[in-house]
Amino acid sequence: MNLTLKIWRQRNSQDKGHFETYPVSDISEDMSFLEMFDVLNERLITEGKDPIAFDNDCREGICGMCSMYINGRPHGPLHGTTTCQLHMRHFHEGETIVVEPWRAQPFPVIKDLVVDRSSFDRIIEAGGYISVNTGNAVDANAIPVEKDKADLAFTAATCIGCGACVAACPNTSAMLFVSAKISQLAQLPQGNPERKTRVVNMIHQMDEEGFGSCSNIGECEQACPKEISITHIARANHEFLRATFAAGNKNVKVEHS
Amino acid sequence: MAFTGIFLIIFLIVHASANACIFVPDHGATFNKVAHFLGTNWIMHLLEVGLFVGFILHIVQGITITIQNKKKRPVKYSMVRRPDTHWYSSAMGLLGIIILIFLIIHLSQFWVHTRFAGVFGGVGDITYDNGMYVNKPVDNLFGQMELVFSHAWVVIVYLIALLALGFHLAHGFQSAFRTLGMTSSRYIPVIRGIGYAYSIIIPLAFACMPVLMYFGVVHS
Repeated sequence: MNLTLKIWRQRNSQDKGHFETYPVSDISEDMSFLEMFDVLNERLITEGKDPIAFDNDCREGICGMCSMYINGRPHGPLHGTTTCQLHMRHFHEGETIVVEPWRAQPFPVIKDLVVDRSSFDRIIEAGGYISVNTGNAVDANAIPVEKDKADLAFTAATCIGCGACVAACPNTSAMLFVSAKISQLAQLPQGNPERKTRVVNMIHQMDEEGFGSCSNIGECEQACPKEISITHIARANHEFLRATFAAGNKNVKVEHS
Repeated sequence: MAFTGIFLIIFLIVHASANACIFVPDHGATFNKVAHFLGTNWIMHLLEVGLFVGFILHIVQGITITIQNKKKRPVKYSMVRRPDTHWYSSAMGLLGIIILIFLIIHLSQFWVHTRFAGVFGGVGDITYDNGMYVNKPVDNLFGQMELVFSHAWVVIVYLIALLALGFHLAHGFQSAFRTLGMTSSRYIPVIRGIGYAYSIIIPLAFACMPVLMYFGVVHS
């Protein structure tokens, strides 16, 4: 396959950045999108040029590192797929492909297509965990969990934290990511002790990081490589209202960082 | 947005029901009685203040959130391909502005004339063909409606605004319930169904009024 790539180049976070065009030839249609970048980068290195920086790790769609905005869609045109699992057979001969980084204020560009997603880490640190005392590993079936709740929690737990929801959202909202963790832990008995503080603190941290507000458009669930439903957002809203307004919430305090 | 949105949704039902009295075939007598009661009752004046607060909160909040959200993406994408979502879900601001412009026109045509009749006149001092004489719009809102809706451009502006309202509600109705945490898989399809039905029925009911008055189907 012969293709023309229009790729965003940005030296560092201070640089304004610009698009550069690279023609690539002899690309196998069985290559993944990232393997095509490897081929291009090897060529750039041989020519003594600066290779294109891009995030990647597992290359099997589970780590959430790859983050390219391809032809106007996060992770490219294929539904429920990460960039690393997107293969070149989904493009046609001679096509021009535009590749940009995630664009969001809380995701500043570090270099080229690499963005800093540590704002997601700070949201998780604010409440996306359960407190378990140290000691022996507890038997997996020691705490009974209803099957339907376990299944529902799992549909949210599949979130890989890639940030495609933020990249796709016209409001630059992170609600799908945040709600997935809140909703997952709210289903499970292990998540119950910190249920109220978790939602309040995570939502507060999300606002601190500068993400936009959700208006239930639904572009996030279309872009999500794990096809997480926006019903989790409604569930997180429910948890938030419950934690804020229900009786006996004197202990729910926002922890300011 | 959700709380004020639901409040305004309820208001639209009240507004449409009261207006539907124009369809009583007694040349507007019932409607004028209802309008007079609603326009001169102190409880209604109190509720009116609440209504204005509801509208203003909804508008100010909507504008603030839209401006804030726009700032969250300082560098725009050079290429965006929208996925399979409803266009009106991401056009709520634009639809809202159309409705706001309409609201200003609408209030200047009716509300201002009923509250400040002495200042602006309106249908005051008009003798109708049937010999009916009026000097205060609050006593003959039906006449004021006929006067306003005798112009084709007014009817067209109303229809455009009601179309915008329909789409605004089609997203807003179900979105409000999502924001308030409605998650039950049993009720979500019901809410969505009611939302779509509401966003068709209410604007359609309102649209009937200027159209039927313009063509003289409903007349005094």
